Amino acid sequence: MTVYETWDAERGAEIIAGHAQVEGATLVILHAIQKTFGHVPEPAIPMIASTLNLSRAEVHGVFTFYHDFRRKPAGRHVLKLCRAEACQAAGGDVLAARAEARLGIALGNTTPDERVTLEPIYCLGLCATAPSAMLDGRVVGRLDEARIDALVAEAQR
Amino acid sequence: MSLRVFVPRDAAAVAVGADDIASKLEQAAARRGIAIDIVRTGSRGLYWLEPMIEVATGQVRVAFGPVSERDVASVIDAILAGGPHALRLGIAEEIPWLKRQTRLTFARCGLVDPRSLADYGTHGGYKGLERALALTSDDILADVTASGLRGRGGAGFPTGIKWKTVAQTVTDRKYVVCNADEGDSGTFADRMIMEGDPFVVIEGMTIAGVAVGATKGYIYIRSEYPHAVEAMNAAIAAARRAGFLGSRVGGSSHGFDLEVRVGAGAYVCGEETSLLESLEGRRGIVRAKPPLPAHKGLFGKPTVINNVLSFAAIPFILAGGAKAYADFGMGRSRGTMPIQLAGNVKYGGLFETAFGMTLGELVDDVGGGTFTGRDVRAVQVGGPLGAYFPRALFDTPFDYEAFAARDGLIGHGGIVVFDDTVDMSKQARFAMEFCAIESCGKCTPCRIGSTRGAETIDKIRAGERVSENIAVMEDLCNTMKFGSLCALGGFTPYPVMSALKHFREDFGPAPTRLQAAE
Repeated sequence: MTVYETWDAERGAEIIAGHAQVEGATLVILHAIQKTFGHVPEPAIPMIASTLNLSRAEVHGVFTFYHDFRRKPAGRHVLKLCRAEACQAAGGDVLAARAEARLGIALGNTTPDERVTLEPIYCLGLCATAPSAMLDGRVVGRLDEARIDALVAEAQR
Repeated sequence: MSLRVFVPRDAAAVAVGADDIASKLEQAAARRGIAIDIVRTGSRGLYWLEPMIEVATGQVRVAFGPVSERDVASVIDAILAGGPHALRLGIAEEIPWLKRQTRLTFARCGLVDPRSLADYGTHGGYKGLERALALTSDDILADVTASGLRGRGGAGFPTGIKWKTVAQTVTDRKYVVCNADEGDSGTFADRMIMEGDPFVVIEGMTIAGVAVGATKGYIYIRSEYPHAVEAMNAAIAAARRAGFLGSRVGGSSHGFDLEVRVGAGAYVCGEETSLLESLEGRRGIVRAKPPLPAHKGLFGKPTVINNVLSFAAIPFILAGGAKAYADFGMGRSRGTMPIQLAGNVKYGGLFETAFGMTLGELVDDVGGGTFTGRDVRAVQVGGPLGAYFPRALFDTPFDYEAFAARDGLIGHGGIVVFDDTVDMSKQARFAMEFCAIESCGKCTPCRIGSTRGAETIDKIRAGERVSENIAVMEDLCNTMKFGSLCALGGFTPYPVMSALKHFREDFGPAPTRLQAAE
């Protein structure tokens, strides 16, 4: 698991200023904010807008367009299961259902104890060692029932 | 005595334990009091054999795989004794699956240390740029045109013509953009080359910059590829230190520098105009064409935007290989294509070969059928927007035009294999559902059509007025195909209609009216 800082406007302003000079900075800044705080806190949006001389709506629009950016922190561990065609062909549907059942949540949700966020991902590029998954940034391929159970158990720890 | 062992750092090899194998090798060597030098390479692309390790033995490298943690001790002992081992595959280059390939773009992948610029140079790297710097822009463009290279992202547009358009435009600033937003399921060639031979991508982009007069390049890599991002950043830093990037490229008067930008999980950003919007810091909304990116691209400036594999093919071509490249292939598809075999396939991996092999040869002969051992029922070629082909079409040669003639596409060269347990109406539904999730929302056929499409397939699957709903779906697919702004909405009908056409039995009882219409 990754430990994130809690939101601090001064720290946020420092990150925004650090990237404001690059061409087309909005995504770069949103990534940097999320990397530090684990999500993009609401107050960061108007700060980015004013620094880049954009409207708040424009920055909000960018933030909400991309699947990666989070409104609130994820669970302590993030388990992403590849749900694209190559993994479907290799038996991924059954494994995804198994992970959902073990965790008691559907894909796209976080367990009530906020330990595990389970998400679909559309292709990790590990299609010849399918089905595949990513746990907190670590890639795992050739999943079977035992491996998915082990990943779920590891995420729950 | 000391051992030199090559272990891939490729994400797919790591996903099946390559990092653990590397550390076990170190421990096993230490216990035996042997010095060991572990070189982390890219993958050779024989993924069913990963983790595959190679041991330097004289002038050759002997491969072992797939190596599990518990095999490490016995493998080390076999290496030391020069004895046999069940996992010993022989000389790496002599493995038939690798030997029958034509590796032009992927020649170094799996062989070299992707972190080492010196290794790149030793294996022929920067020969293309060296020659390009001695040529005029027109000569470089002539080489690229003569090679017959077409955009490897999927559209297949002639690269030479694209570059020439940008070169001829007079302006204060031009850009080179590398599309590394490889979102198609079943494709991993971009990831593999960025992780296994990143300098070839840098060299290809630098040559593009020199040819068209651009001084800045961006590589837009999807966020799902953290290993590739890391590899490209490390390689860019090394190239900059050595003077291959910067204000005087290779000591010449050309300035060119590169920057990696990371996407944020939007599939549509693989579409070039959407990618440019994203690079500019906006929502990845598709732009209407014209103007073409070659005229008005990034920040409104003339831009060469190509796929990773297109740029990676360039150094070979510029190193005097234009004619040799064009001599491979068939029809208007010249050169080689890194084909990716994925999904339920026995021998999955990257197979670079000249255009022209049939789909059947690739799936049955090279791929060895399914790993479940069941019959191959369908293959999807070209990613989520590619058609599903049944066995009856396995005589189709791998070629842009041959696939198009059969209502399919080769796209980025991915082949996903399905066995006979697949439900094709479910796959058709997924195509619509995926389009609905990923649609940028700009044009109505894609934004609304995909959602209506998924609903309609649900009705068909539930047996609700099947023939009427199939007619609705066909109509909807036509609207999407001809009315959408980009390939997302425009090509989603391919998997849907091909599933319906070739696997009609999966969509409920065949009505008499439709049979008559066929």
